[in-house]
Order: sequence, then structure tokens, then C-alpha cells
Amino acid sequence: MESHIAEITQHTGGVIGSAWLMIAFPLLGALILLTLGRFTNRWGHLLGVAMSLASFVVAVLAFFELIGFGEEQRRKAVELYDFIPGMVKMGLLIDPLSISFALLITGVGSLIHIYSIGYMAHDEHRRRFFAYLNLFVAAMLLLVLADNYVGLFIGWEGVGLASYLLIGFWQFKPSAATAAKKAFVVNRVGDFGLLVGMFVIWTTFGTLTFKNLGEQITAGQTNGAMLAIGLLLLLGACGKSAQLPLQSWLLDAMEGPTPVSALIHAATMVTAGVYLVVRSGAFFFPEGSGAALAVTIVGAATLLAGAIIGCAKDDIKKGLAGSTMSQIGYMMLGAGLGPAGYAFAIGHLITHGFFKADMFLGAGSVMHGMNDEVDMRKYGALRKVMPITFVTFFIGYLAIIGFPLLSGYFTKDGIIETAVHHQPILGWLAVLGAGITGFYMSRMVFMTFFGQKRWAEDAHPHESPLVMTIPLMILSLGSLGLGAYLVLNGTLYRFLSPAVGGDPADAPHFDPFTTPGLATLALVAVGVGIAWMKYGRAEVPAVQPRGSFLTTFARRDLYGDALNESLFMRPGQWLTRLAVFFDNRGIDGLVNGLAAGIGGSSGRLRRIQTGFARTYALSILIGAALLTGALLLVGTI
Amino acid sequence: MTTHYLVLSGLLFAIGAMGVLIRRNAIVVFMCVELMLNACNLAFVTFARQVGNLEGQIIAFFVMVVAAAEVVVGLAIIVTIFRTRRSASVDDANLLKY
Repeated sequence: MESHIAEITQHTGGVIGSAWLMIAFPLLGALILLTLGRFTNRWGHLLGVAMSLASFVVAVLAFFELIGFGEEQRRKAVELYDFIPGMVKMGLLIDPLSISFALLITGVGSLIHIYSIGYMAHDEHRRRFFAYLNLFVAAMLLLVLADNYVGLFIGWEGVGLASYLLIGFWQFKPSAATAAKKAFVVNRVGDFGLLVGMFVIWTTFGTLTFKNLGEQITAGQTNGAMLAIGLLLLLGACGKSAQLPLQSWLLDAMEGPTPVSALIHAATMVTAGVYLVVRSGAFFFPEGSGAALAVTIVGAATLLAGAIIGCAKDDIKKGLAGSTMSQIGYMMLGAGLGPAGYAFAIGHLITHGFFKADMFLGAGSVMHGMNDEVDMRKYGALRKVMPITFVTFFIGYLAIIGFPLLSGYFTKDGIIETAVHHQPILGWLAVLGAGITGFYMSRMVFMTFFGQKRWAEDAHPHESPLVMTIPLMILSLGSLGLGAYLVLNGTLYRFLSPAVGGDPADAPHFDPFTTPGLATLALVAVGVGIAWMKYGRAEVPAVQPRGSFLTTFARRDLYGDALNESLFMRPGQWLTRLAVFFDNRGIDGLVNGLAAGIGGSSGRLRRIQTGFARTYALSILIGAALLTGALLLVGTI
Repeated sequence: MTTHYLVLSGLLFAIGAMGVLIRRNAIVVFMCVELMLNACNLAFVTFARQVGNLEGQIIAFFVMVVAAAEVVVGLAIIVTIFRTRRSASVDDANLLKY
């Protein structure tokens, strides 16, 4: 396969030369807010928003400067400083892939910052919240902009830290504290994979810089090391992107404030795994690599698992979290298909960033009006009291189920078509997943906005303030038109091809009337229809019905937690118990026994000190006699 | 002649040592210590006379000086102990032990 990846060139000056400002602004914001503490309480949130917006402005300027160059010159490396002499020079890589992410992160991030002003208005720790959000934006930008794996890894850990801090933001709730810990621990497993992958890259190629790696890999490489690197990086991606088998943390992560769920656990951080797979594409595609196949299988399995979980959740945020898992599964499936799927994976990532953030913020708006109630069985008929939230949420909903001509339709259909073409079985599973998506998303909309009122007695739902609804409107605009803009005419494909490969001349044409496309639409229609029969037209019981075996299966997150518990937690506990036993009885026994022996014998020995002068005098006499005897004896020999 | 002096010295030393070991009155014990010192003095002087130089005699003087100093300090301690404990028995002063 001929590579169409453009060469990376060094660049200085201009906005791109100062791209580090993108990271510096939010980092500075976080520093100020965290170090000055309470003094910034009054204006801290405004500073946070300003820093995020400043970063967005830099990203937009850098984007326009980048598209000013010819297509083959659009990969610019900016050197910053010598980070680990002889190993890594820290630098930024501004190319179509990283700038797409930077625009998404800063753009959606800024909107969510603005929304948080309203959402967190009554929280006494709002300033700290904005500090963490800024920290997250800085770390995420470092992750996507770094031109080497070490920088990427620092950003990777940084977003992990920010995610931990924000999930546990209300740490007075034990559930939130536990969820934060769980996310951190599960992510460590993935990070381990990424780290070991980096070790293998270093020992195999002797460099961790994308530019050098790109030059070396085209020269042809051993397949064993490549496969190992690919699988290890996939493990890293699974951890961060909540893919099977490391999916269990994402649903619990919904304990964090809703803007966090929207920004970190839907739009940006969880897509870092997709970024990693696409950025490291060269490791996944030596001809016939098993690593790429593994990526597609993981993606397809997760998209079904997430969709099934989404069907049974009554907690609106957990339902959306299941759907996030599922959509990232689509992206992984696309990313595993090589350059043909990259554009759709990234495209779906961008449109998903918009419509999922839109729906999460919409859910936050609903919770804001319903005294933080998350149980959809206590909603119903909210469309009349929250018209703006309803309309924006509904647009996001249409986008995610792939309603024709909306954003999700183009990008998801692209992934499905490509998958059916390259991996027919997984492709048709993705079609099935789309049908399930239609069902569970409709269920969510019907239970929340339609039907009868099932509100709690003290609930007085009301529309949220403008500072919250304006970001919703902007995001829903993105959900409406972005997909068509990116996919029709292959705009995104051609834009990305210098960075990820793929022949610009092969830009896929969008054809709505193919078998998988029509099948998807039909299945989605069936899903929506079933949801309407069960949750739209019929009464929704206020108490969760017992449900069948399958429902329980989905409610319990496909027994993911039970599996982890019996496979890892219990044996781990046994191991620690064994270690504790060995420590108490073995090590402590040895040390304590020695101490007791010395103590006991010295206790007996000290009885010699009687306090009677005559005893001492006698011992002196005996000593003198012995000495004299010894002298005499030596004298005679 | 020398032998007689040395035997006397040995006897005096043995009496002194025995007294230190078995007597309880601190004053008597103290006197026994003096007896041992003087037994040594006698031995020193005897050897000095036999060898025919002054070194043994000089050492005997040193011993006397030390014994005098010892008496000063020792008696002061014994008197103090007697004042506080109304007893001059060495077995009663046995607090410094295990």
C-alpha cells in the first residue's frame, strides 16, 4: 500500500511557531486559580473561561495559517526545548489531525466552560472546578499536540489526573470518591500498556518522535515487535476510551458534575484512545497486521456492549455514558480499518463531540431544573417547560441515531459502509448496533420529554438561564450541519490525508442508497418504533419493573464489575491476605522473636547487678585471682 | 628477712580482702581497704630494700597520698549516707541495682 503521508517539516515563527500558547493559557489559568485560592473566588470562573477562549483563538488562527500552506506542507513540527537530552526533544506537531482535535477541544471546551458558569453557580467550590477544567484542557492539548510519545504520555496522565479530580469533585459523596478511584485504577491498566508500548518502540527504533518514527517505519520493520507495539498501544487506548475489557469505569464516572461528563467523558478525553490509534497508524498497518484486526474487534464488541447497557439504564447520565461507550466503539472500528476509515472515525469523533456534549449538557439542564434528579422515571412531559433544552436535546438525539442529513448520519454511515466493505461481519454488527442506538436514545427522549408527568412532589422544572442554553444552541447547530460539511465531497478525508495517509484521489463519495445504509435506516426506524410503543405511547411505570434476564444483564453493566471482582479483586484480596499473613507471622515473627530473645536474656543477665558492694568486690577478687593465675600459667610455659 | 616481710604483707592483704568481703559496717570495710593498701606498701618497701633503689619507696608515698585522699572522700560519703539512712551498713546501700 502506497503511503500518502506528507513529510514533517520544521517550522518557526507565525502563530504555529507560538502554538505552545494554546497549552500555556489554560495551564496559567489553572495555576493562578489553584495557587491564589480564595482570593480568586469572585472572578475565577471568568478567568477560566477567558483562558479557554484564548486557547481557542490561538487554535483557530493556527488552523487558518496551516491551511494557507499547500497540502503537502501541512505537517509542521515546532521545537520547544531539549526535554531529556539524548532522548527526547520536546516539540509540538501541528498537522491536520492535531489541529482538528485542538479545535474540538478548545471549541467545545470553551462552550462547556461557559455553560458551567451557570451550572455550578450555586457550588461553593466553583473556582476550584474551573481550575481543574483548565488543567484538563491544557493536558488534553498537550496530548494531541506533542510531537513525541513522551509528551503525549504526559498529557495522557494529565487528563487522567484531571478526570480523577473532577469525577471526585463532590468527594463528600462516597460514591463519587469511589468512582474517581475506580476510574484512576482502571486507567492505570491502560497506561501500563501505553508505557510498555513506548518502551518497546524505544528499544526497537531508538526514538519516540513521530517524525523519526515515520521515516524509519516506511523502511520496513519486523512484524513481531510491530504487533506487540500495536497491541500494547491498543491496551492503552482501551483504558482511556473505556473500550472492552477496560470499560467499567466510564459508567461510574458519571458521579462527576455534568459539564465534566460532557467535556471529559463524552467529547474529548475518552476519544484520546482513537487519537492514539490513528496517530500510531503506522504500527497497526504493516500488511496484514493482527493489531488492526484487534482494534476493529474491540470496537465492534464495545459498540454493542455500550448500546445494550444504554437500553436498560434509568439514570439519564448513565444511559448517555453507555451510548458514549458505544459511539467510541464505532470510532475504534473505523480507526481499525486503516486510512479508509480514519476520516470517518475522526469525523464521527468530531460530530459526536458536538451532539454528545449537546445531550449531556441538555441532561444537565434537565437535572438543574429537577433538583438534580437523574432517574428518568421521575421525568416525563418536560418538553413544554423546557422548550430550549428539549429542542437542542432533540437535535442531538436525531444526530446520534443517524437521522438522514444530520451530523451523525454522515459520519456513522461512513464507518458502517467502510466496515461492511472491509470486515463484513463486524460491519453488520455495527448496523445492528445502530438499530439498538435508535431504540435506547428514543427511550431516553420519550421518558424525559414526552408522556405523562411523573415528577417528584417538590419538583418545579424550569428552563435554565441563557448562559447554559446558548452553549446548547451552538452545539446543536454543530450537530445539525457539521457532518454534512465534513463528509460530503470528502472534505475531512482530503484535509486529513497528509497526516494519516490515504490517497486524496480516493476520497469516498457519499452514497445514501447502499444496502448497509438502507438497512441501518430501517433498523433505526424499527428501534424508534419499539421505543415509541413501550415508552412513548404506553405509561412508564414510576418504579423500575423487574425485567427479564436480559434487562438485568444490561442493568448490571453486562456483569463487567462482577467479572472484574471475581477475576481480579478477589484473587488480589487473597494475595494481600497471604502477604499480610506472611508478614505478620513470618517477617514479624522473626524480628519479634529476635527482639524477645535478646530482651529475655538481658533481663536475666541484669540480675547480676545486685547492688551489694560485697558481690562486686568478690567478682573483682575472683577476676584478679584468675588474672594472676593466667599470668603464672603463661609464665611457666 | 625478705620472705618474712612478704609473708606478713600477704597475710595483711588477705585479712583486708576478707574483711571487705564479709564485714557489713562501712567504716570497718573502709579500714580493711586501708589495710590492703598498707599491705601493698609493705611489699613495695620490702622489694625496694632488697633491690636497693628508691622507686618502691616513692610508690609507697604515692599510695599513702592516694589513701589519704580516698579517706577524705570516702568518709564524707559514709557520713552522708549515715545521716540520710541512719545506717552504716554497706548492705543497706543497695539501691543502685537492676
